[in-house]
Amino acid sequence: MGLKSSLHNFKEKNKDKKWLPAFSAIHTFLFLPNETTHNGTHIKVADDLKRTMNTVIMAMVPCLIFGMFNAGYQHHLAFGDIQQATGGFFSSAFWTMDNFMVGFWKVIPLVIVSYGVGLAIEILFAMKNSHEVEEGYLVTGMLVPLIVPIDTPLWMLAVAVAFGVVIGKEVFGGTGMNILNPALTIRAFLFFAYPTWMSGDKVWVEGAVERDQMIAAGENLDAISGETILGSLAQNKEVGYEVMDMFYGLIPGSVGETSVLLILLAGLFLIFTKIGSWRIMLSSAIGALVMGLIFNGVVSSGWITESSKFYGLMSTEFWHHLLIGGFAFGTVFMATDPVTASQTNKGKWIYGFLIGFISIMIRVFNPAYPEGVMLAILLMNVFAPTIDHYVVQGNVKRRMKRLKVKTA
Amino acid sequence: MGLLSKKDAALIKDPLADNNPITIQVLGICSALAITAELEASIVMSISVLFVLGVGNVVISLMRNIIPSKIRIIVQLIVVATLVIIVDLVLKAFAYELSKTLSVFVGLIITNCIIMGRFEAFALGNGPWKSFLDGIGNALGYAVILIIVGFFRELLGSGTLLGIPVLGDPIEKTGLYSIGYENNGFMLLSPMALIVVGIIIWVQRSRNKALVED
Repeated sequence: MGLKSSLHNFKEKNKDKKWLPAFSAIHTFLFLPNETTHNGTHIKVADDLKRTMNTVIMAMVPCLIFGMFNAGYQHHLAFGDIQQATGGFFSSAFWTMDNFMVGFWKVIPLVIVSYGVGLAIEILFAMKNSHEVEEGYLVTGMLVPLIVPIDTPLWMLAVAVAFGVVIGKEVFGGTGMNILNPALTIRAFLFFAYPTWMSGDKVWVEGAVERDQMIAAGENLDAISGETILGSLAQNKEVGYEVMDMFYGLIPGSVGETSVLLILLAGLFLIFTKIGSWRIMLSSAIGALVMGLIFNGVVSSGWITESSKFYGLMSTEFWHHLLIGGFAFGTVFMATDPVTASQTNKGKWIYGFLIGFISIMIRVFNPAYPEGVMLAILLMNVFAPTIDHYVVQGNVKRRMKRLKVKTA
Repeated sequence: MGLLSKKDAALIKDPLADNNPITIQVLGICSALAITAELEASIVMSISVLFVLGVGNVVISLMRNIIPSKIRIIVQLIVVATLVIIVDLVLKAFAYELSKTLSVFVGLIITNCIIMGRFEAFALGNGPWKSFLDGIGNALGYAVILIIVGFFRELLGSGTLLGIPVLGDPIEKTGLYSIGYENNGFMLLSPMALIVVGIIIWVQRSRNKALVED
């Protein structure tokens, strides 16, 4: 008897117990699918859409918690309340309750708005089209707060979520039919609609924008600047962070994207549970490294000099590109979205490679849009069906040839 | 309607809704995307197209029996080009600033698919009065969409209408801006015009299911 059925029997036995709703909530969360086969010789697995989604969410939770700590840490650091944490990931100056609470009160509203607006629209469309509410938004709703700057105004987030869910998903027919990743559609909307809130050196530190407005109003305060590493590099400035800080994530950035360590663990977890495609993750890392190597080659062969505006980003050591910006987060959580990625194995290699390749290219050549990974994934989302088409056609052709050789 | 017969009235009414050149026939999209960031530009563009299409349809219709069919496209082009040059010069003379905003798009009325489409599909086979009504109707259908798109893009993108601030001052933080509202920069970019046109198409087809194609 499998775990699934024993849990089911347990539920049947305790039908009239008062605490059962609590149990069934968790049971539903982890195991209960929206459609299962009950008889006949079918393959039975506990993996369904909801389970898949929940696994991804579980993988994101560490990033979320870390993001809360980091938001507070960056805030206190920029305001001069604390010294830079030494000792890396386990530094006690980082994991303080004080840091956590600052981040907690900023991040939780983002999560609530993201889920509230998104689910309301999903329910509206579900009622209108009279089908069950699909689980598609569970992951999107969690991704969104992780990929926006901490100070994003809530109403902007609400507008963007409404846009992303309606235009990015529902017009195509809802979960499973969308061409573009909804979370990235939301991020892209925010980025193009409200660029001042999405880039620059103010938005990454909680309170920096407010402080700026106070200074503009004539108060005598120090301006707060918390530039991201990509931002500094794009301006050919020195980066004040150690490589290990980038890896651990003690750097300014969007809420959940900074800690490559946690994202890596989440990626391994997703690969282990067979939810995320290791082909896509690996190939986009390779793509990014190749592009990084090409740029490094350009710099070392002396084709561009320090006066070039691309110098800062081009001369960045190629493997640093994997650590900075949203690359790691995008690769693990967004590029692998099974709906919008390529479906064929060979297609996944091509798709992933091009994501890595293009994101570093955009990052270097267009410093105004440092979010190369966002644009690269959206672009490749559009091309994924085309890639699949040619992979399948190639396969068909090869088999036809084999057939001809055999029959001839 | 006393002035127009039922059939003639349909020539004007149909393109306004159920046979709209932009949302149903999906013609003339290029200019709808390019110049609708401001309401004023949309209106001027609409008037220009109204003139060119109204007059052009009549001219082509008058000449329809003497145009050799082999060279009819060239003749049509000459007619449009002449009319467009008139519009362009008038704009330069009386609304210079605006003509700079519209820049090449006035010239590009020549290539506007709606105009060549109406010449080919209607004016070549109908009398001048009918052709005139058809031209006016289609230009108005075009204008309606342009003005709707221009209205939303300027209102949400710049917070103004016809250049007049209606939502308050974004720099002084008055009106809506005082509670944290900000202009949506995406609205000023062309992709958003496509999305707004898409939403209009969506609304229109969900109100009238007969328009939905398979």
